[in-house]
Amino acid sequence: MTDLAPTIPLISDGIAPGAADEPAWLADLRRAGLSVYTERGLPTVKVEAWKYTSLAGLKKIPFVLDDGRARLPDGGDSDALALGPDDALRVTLVNGRLAGVPADLPAGVRIASLAHLLATEPSVVEPHLGRIADLADAPMGALNAALMADGLVVLVAPGTVLERPLHVVSVSNTPDGQARHGHPRHLIVLGDGARATLVESRVSAPGAADSLCNAVTEIALGREARLSHLRHVERADTAVDLDLTEATLGEGATYDTFTLTLGGRLVRNEARVRLRGGGASTALKGAYGARAGQHFDTTLVVDHAVPDATSDQVFKGVVDAGGKAVFQGKIIVRKDAQRTDGNQLHKAMLLARDAEVYTKPELEIYADDVTCSHGATVGELDLNQLFYLMARGIPEADARALLVEAFLDDVVEAVPEGPLREAFLGRVRAWQARRHATTWETS
Amino acid sequence: MALLEIKDLHATVEDDDGNPKPILKGISLTINPGEIHAVMGPNGAGKSTLSNVISGRPGYTVTGGTVTYDGQDLLEMEADERARAGIFLAFQYPVEIPGVATGTFLKTAINARRKANGEPEIEAVDFLKMMKANAKKLGVADSMLKRPVNVGFSGGEKKRAEVLQMAMLEPRLCVLDETDSGLDIDALRVVADGVNALRTPERGMLVITHYQRLLDYIVPDVVHVLADGRIVKSGDKSLALELEAKGYAEFTGAAA
Repeated sequence: MTDLAPTIPLISDGIAPGAADEPAWLADLRRAGLSVYTERGLPTVKVEAWKYTSLAGLKKIPFVLDDGRARLPDGGDSDALALGPDDALRVTLVNGRLAGVPADLPAGVRIASLAHLLATEPSVVEPHLGRIADLADAPMGALNAALMADGLVVLVAPGTVLERPLHVVSVSNTPDGQARHGHPRHLIVLGDGARATLVESRVSAPGAADSLCNAVTEIALGREARLSHLRHVERADTAVDLDLTEATLGEGATYDTFTLTLGGRLVRNEARVRLRGGGASTALKGAYGARAGQHFDTTLVVDHAVPDATSDQVFKGVVDAGGKAVFQGKIIVRKDAQRTDGNQLHKAMLLARDAEVYTKPELEIYADDVTCSHGATVGELDLNQLFYLMARGIPEADARALLVEAFLDDVVEAVPEGPLREAFLGRVRAWQARRHATTWETS
Repeated sequence: MALLEIKDLHATVEDDDGNPKPILKGISLTINPGEIHAVMGPNGAGKSTLSNVISGRPGYTVTGGTVTYDGQDLLEMEADERARAGIFLAFQYPVEIPGVATGTFLKTAINARRKANGEPEIEAVDFLKMMKANAKKLGVADSMLKRPVNVGFSGGEKKRAEVLQMAMLEPRLCVLDETDSGLDIDALRVVADGVNALRTPERGMLVITHYQRLLDYIVPDVVHVLADGRIVKSGDKSLALELEAKGYAEFTGAAA
């Protein structure tokens, strides 16, 4: 394999092929992925979907493929890295490898390591793995298919309701200081009428060296299934985090996501949601705050394939001096998808002159009876609001912080009320407190 | 010592082309503790500019004169310092701030002042008690306090909320910028009662208004007529009645 692609980044050091006794379908999936990736290579800014997000910097880093030996650092506590303690079922992954499965799972719920299932019961994942994600125009997703080694598999049987949230803490770690790339692969399948809340924290171990996490999550929701997917991304400044989530929704299914991105050198949250059943609905919401040297990309595609489905995209973000944010949101309404209700809104606040934001809304509508809207605003802190707060004695730095928080909090309310919302608001507060000291005091 | 002493104040504001446009052209005015001064004048006379310069709003340049507050050079202080030193501007157009709850905002403001004075933060219970008592006096519903600052408030509610804030922050100098605009007679009475309740021998007030009507309820000690950036006449409360009868023509004519 090495000879095939000596100059293509990330595979020129030789790829780790799957086990020799891998089932043929899996070997085929890997081959297909490798073929797409070797043909396309690392996407460049000439590729439309990557126009505003350059991966060129990856070529300069001497990455090696993660070998699966990294653990949490000594005394490492995933609670401290993630959203803090909560009442959730906790699963920890280090560089995409599952580090243990919670005991006492309710009946009808299976949580397992992908590596374990592929080795012992590949038929459990065969109906779904690689069948939800479309590799053709996703070179990084294709690379994931070629190199995936492990990840999380969650299977919820029809009619089963997972009462406690499942909190997955994904930690990047480079214990030997060697730059690593890894390709976690997750699979979430909810049967008809099943319900679950999945919380994801993507963080870095303290002092981690350069890392690339190129994850793919495939989600299949059966009839009337409901998944609430809450994500907290706060990687280290050494981390590149590319995440592709592909979801397929059956009739009446609901997929609601909230993504809070506050840390990482380059983070791309790409989601493709296919509404395949009438009455299906998805809400893709999120907030981000990018500081100097950070680049956060949100790329969404909602595909209305059938009539009577609804979708709602709402993202809000703030960008400090030297930070960069990208929002690409697309709504596709296919010919038969009459009575579609699809909305999209992106609001960015630039806090300094050299902050950058790129917004690209796209509506591709082939049906004639639809309600679709999109809105995008890029603004600055409202000086009238700032003066009003200061005229009541609130110091400028505090007043600015209050306004930035208010701007973001508004969308954090998408997280269902309760300890989880408080935890997300807490992350916004902590982020604000950190930037407070460094950003305003120096201006 | 005078509470506020303005001497020969000149100020400009940038016009649309970025050129400085003189608005205040030599204002002198002294407010002693316990006094209420009214500033009346036609549109464009510089009334709002005067309140904005006193409160430290950006966008205005003082080109001459002095403003001394309680012995300190006010023009050297930032807007938030002035507020913490006890100056309160009741806005003509209170600003809506989505996402910031009214209660949180008020508590932050009170604590900012306490911190500057080296005092401990207000106890949550005391704060709530104080807020409820003041809200009741001003006819401000509990539901309004739960809403974000000024969001979804009617014109009258916004003005009542301004006076509520004023009562909570216990300023030494209150500047009311056309607080009567947009109020019907009942709301005007409620707001005026709220303001009158804050009259003390230590507190001074500067009431800026276009109409005499407000001064039936908030009775001033001194009335100044402002026209074309200058105070062209000062007198007692009867001057306001005179203006109501004759209008501003005499002064705008004189200024032109």
